Amino acid sequence: MPEVKYRPNIGAPRTPANEEPAAERARDFRPVDTGYTKADAIAEANRCLDCKKPLCMEGCPVGVHIPQFIEKIREEDWAGALETIKNDNLLPSVCGRVCPQENQCEGKCVLGRKGEPVAIGQLERMLGDMADEVGKAPECKPKNGKKVAIVGSGPSGIACAGELAREGFDVTVFEAFFTGGGVLTYGIPEFRLPKAIVKREIDGLEQLGVKFEYNSVAGRLFTAEELFEDEGFDALYLAVGAGLPRFLHVPGENLPGVYCANEYLTRTNLMRAYEFPEYDTPVRHGKNVVVFGGGNVAMDAARTALRLGAEKVTLAYRRTEAEMPARRAEIHHAKEEGVEILELSNPLRFLPGPDGFVSTIELQRMELGEPDASGRRRPVAIPNSEFAIPCDVAVTAIGTRANPFAKLCADVELDRWGLIQTDEDGRTSNPKVWAGGDIVTGAATVILAMGAGKTAAASIKKTLLGEE
Amino acid sequence: MAERGFMYKILKKTQFSEKVFEFRVDAPRMAKHAHAGQFLMVRINETGERVPFTFANWNPDEGWIEFIFMVVGKTTECLSKLEEGDYIQDITGPLGCPTEIEGDRVAVVGGGVGLAIAYPVARMLCEQGKQVSVIMGARNKDLLILFEQFAALPLENLFITTDDGSMGEKGVVTLPLARLCETDSIDQAFVVGPVPMMKFSTLTCRQHKIPIMASLNPIMVDGTGMCGCCRVEVGGETKFACVDGPDFDANLVDWDDLAHRQASYKAEEAASIKHYEEDCACQK
Ligand SMILES: Cc1cc2nc3c(=O)[nH]c(=O)nc-3n(C[C@H](O)[C@H](O)[C@H](O)COP(=O)(O)OP(=O)(O)OC[C@H]3O[C@@H](n4cnc5c(N)ncnc54)[C@H](O)[C@@H]3O)c2cc1C
Ligand SMILES: Cc1cc2nc3c(=O)[nH]c(=O)nc-3n(C[C@H](O)[C@H](O)[C@H](O)COP(=O)(O)OP(=O)(O)OC[C@H]3O[C@@H](n4cnc5c(N)ncnc54)[C@H](O)[C@@H]3O)c2cc1C
Ligand code: SF4
Ligand code: SF4
Ligand code: FES
Repeated sequence: MPEVKYRPNIGAPRTPANEEPAAERARDFRPVDTGYTKADAIAEANRCLDCKKPLCMEGCPVGVHIPQFIEKIREEDWAGALETIKNDNLLPSVCGRVCPQENQCEGKCVLGRKGEPVAIGQLERMLGDMADEVGKAPECKPKNGKKVAIVGSGPSGIACAGELAREGFDVTVFEAFFTGGGVLTYGIPEFRLPKAIVKREIDGLEQLGVKFEYNSVAGRLFTAEELFEDEGFDALYLAVGAGLPRFLHVPGENLPGVYCANEYLTRTNLMRAYEFPEYDTPVRHGKNVVVFGGGNVAMDAARTALRLGAEKVTLAYRRTEAEMPARRAEIHHAKEEGVEILELSNPLRFLPGPDGFVSTIELQRMELGEPDASGRRRPVAIPNSEFAIPCDVAVTAIGTRANPFAKLCADVELDRWGLIQTDEDGRTSNPKVWAGGDIVTGAATVILAMGAGKTAAASIKKTLLGEE
Repeated sequence: MAERGFMYKILKKTQFSEKVFEFRVDAPRMAKHAHAGQFLMVRINETGERVPFTFANWNPDEGWIEFIFMVVGKTTECLSKLEEGDYIQDITGPLGCPTEIEGDRVAVVGGGVGLAIAYPVARMLCEQGKQVSVIMGARNKDLLILFEQFAALPLENLFITTDDGSMGEKGVVTLPLARLCETDSIDQAFVVGPVPMMKFSTLTCRQHKIPIMASLNPIMVDGTGMCGCCRVEVGGETKFACVDGPDFDANLVDWDDLAHRQASYKAEEAASIKHYEEDCACQK
């Protein structure tokens, strides 16, 4: 009997996301998108053309076998689908939610040429979220007697730890904070990435035997040399993430009420300032909040401000919305929730009110000039275009510099920006030290950080066990 | 390896005065790596804020560290209620750069809570064999902390000033500091305390061309250079007290900027202690 050929449901519209009403969700920290149901997933899977040469896969930085896992969804083999993803991506619940799919997998999907691409991210997060139901406990190889230390418990450290633990290594993760997850925990807010998901991933690693040492600042509490010589570690993976935030360097930037996004988000997410005074850490609740930047961090800060009760949240950006590096979904959600976007505006100074807190921002209009090195058109100030807007909380989200601890921890070569230099396997100039994630690439993405952790794990394994 | 993110056991509690306490905490790895001038951050329990305290003492052989704190608000009030054998949920450290002071004849100037930070520095300088003069300042006798501890150090001079004259000289720390400068008794100063005190000590030293370092105490959140909360303007540059400091060349510090930033949460701090006094689990 000839095999029944799969027939995609050509022409069906993309299955819509299940989102909470914008006006309601913007008042609390509940998840914005509740995710696909099984029926949604199957309907969406039926749209995929099952391409012979799947372009979507080329768009994924870690090469998730997309048509294969989608096929398993169609077969309702949920466990098989999850396993297919997990072979390439250890954190589907996270990546499905936070990957910039429009530039990656979905951006390349052939269906996107004429209509809407397959909702690969939605499918992926849904499978990831089913892990408790259908996931199999991963098998670990017998202990091989080698000890690896990982510094940093962000996505890069987590990925490296998971890979190595399964290969039978004795893995310890050292984390500066009192809890794990890195940016996934202190940066990306609950409404976009529930902390229970991050916790589940960390718990999963603990079940694999990975040890976590919190409150442990590498470079201050210990150095790489001590780990190797006194504690018998055989290799070290540095995944300390990005570091010091950048500032605008305009007058008044240090006024009370002017935050850098890292502080604003850490106070709110990690220290739960939105529950002050039940939780001790305060954060200033503004009526008129202005956020500077156009990336994911800026979107998260703006939407957090809404949830802290702001009446008006303005996102000021030097270029136009089209140039914003944030995920499209976040820009869309932010606007839907009421964040106003002020394009082509650059801050000149912050001015205090009578109470000493920031009360006004002076800005300047910009226009787009010639493309710069990044290929984006450079914003150029328009003379005599100054204007002022009221503001009682301002948040800057304009990027980060290199984390200074990498150098304190291990003697590794840095580039001129202070980022660690590695080869494509994640090796540093120190033969026992590997590195990856934001500390190597500069602020990037979760999936790239995770991919780097996996690559380094393979290289560490090869080096320590001497096998291919 | 005790610092597993589990709890940190209080081995010993010492009360120095009504509002000043010292805790000795089990933390072997920290004890091996602490230096004078470095600090730790405490999160007392699940709902607690992260607050910094300077290492007062440490013993690598016995595996403990000590810090001294003065009760000024919610967290320090809560801490003061803990007893020997109790646990602190999280302690992170050492953080910040160790204090390095040049010169052989050093004046250590401390005021208010700053005396808790000045004490380990003065002790270290004494251990280094330097001639150390200490100037202690407070609003009144009751707020002058750690007098006996300072008095026990082999100091060259010990001056005390109180605003109301209830102990020592009536006036401010710059009076004895100016005398030390004028009599050519010091070649370096170190100051830690309230901003006006640090600012005027700096001016005094500048007049006499004596170099002066200040240990800055802005509000902190992570203490690892990630959040930018502790930023201070030093020599026209934005520095992070938690990783670049806490010590800086006092002549370069923008004091008004620091004072504004320290006052960012006055209203919330008052609300927090009020909430705590009304009902708080850790009070029981
Ligand atoms: C607000 C925000 C939103 C973002 N949104 C997205 C998004 O939507 N999609 C996306 O793909 N990417 C997003 N990113 C970027 C992404 O989160 C990062 O690229 C990614 O987390 C980098 O992973 P990492 O493991 O390299 O570092 P991190 O996640 O930064 O983790 C580093 C960890 O190391 C710890 N550490 C640092 N120094 C030390 C030390 N000395 N000793 C011990 N531990 C140390 C830190 O505490 C931290 O836990 C966002 C980032 C932010 C800040
Ligand atoms: C590097 C450094 C070292 C310090 N060392 C000591 C020490 O050895 N002994 C000691 O008694 N005190 C020390 N302090 C001050 C101590 O951190 C504060 O007294 C403590 O945070 C007060 O908390 P609270 O909740 O009791 O009071 P609150 O009512 O919350 O605050 C009282 C005042 O303390 C300061 N403060 C509050 N929260 C923070 C925070 N998260 N970070 C920094 N400052 C804050 C503010 O100036 C505030 O106005 C140090 C501060 C710094 C920055
Ligand atoms: S990991 Fe990210 S880029 Fe890759 S398939 Fe999943 S959502 Fe797409
Ligand atoms: S490119 Fe699109 S249609 Fe083709 S396999 Fe990938 S997801 Fe399916
Ligand atoms: S406390 Fe966050 S950068 Fe210093």
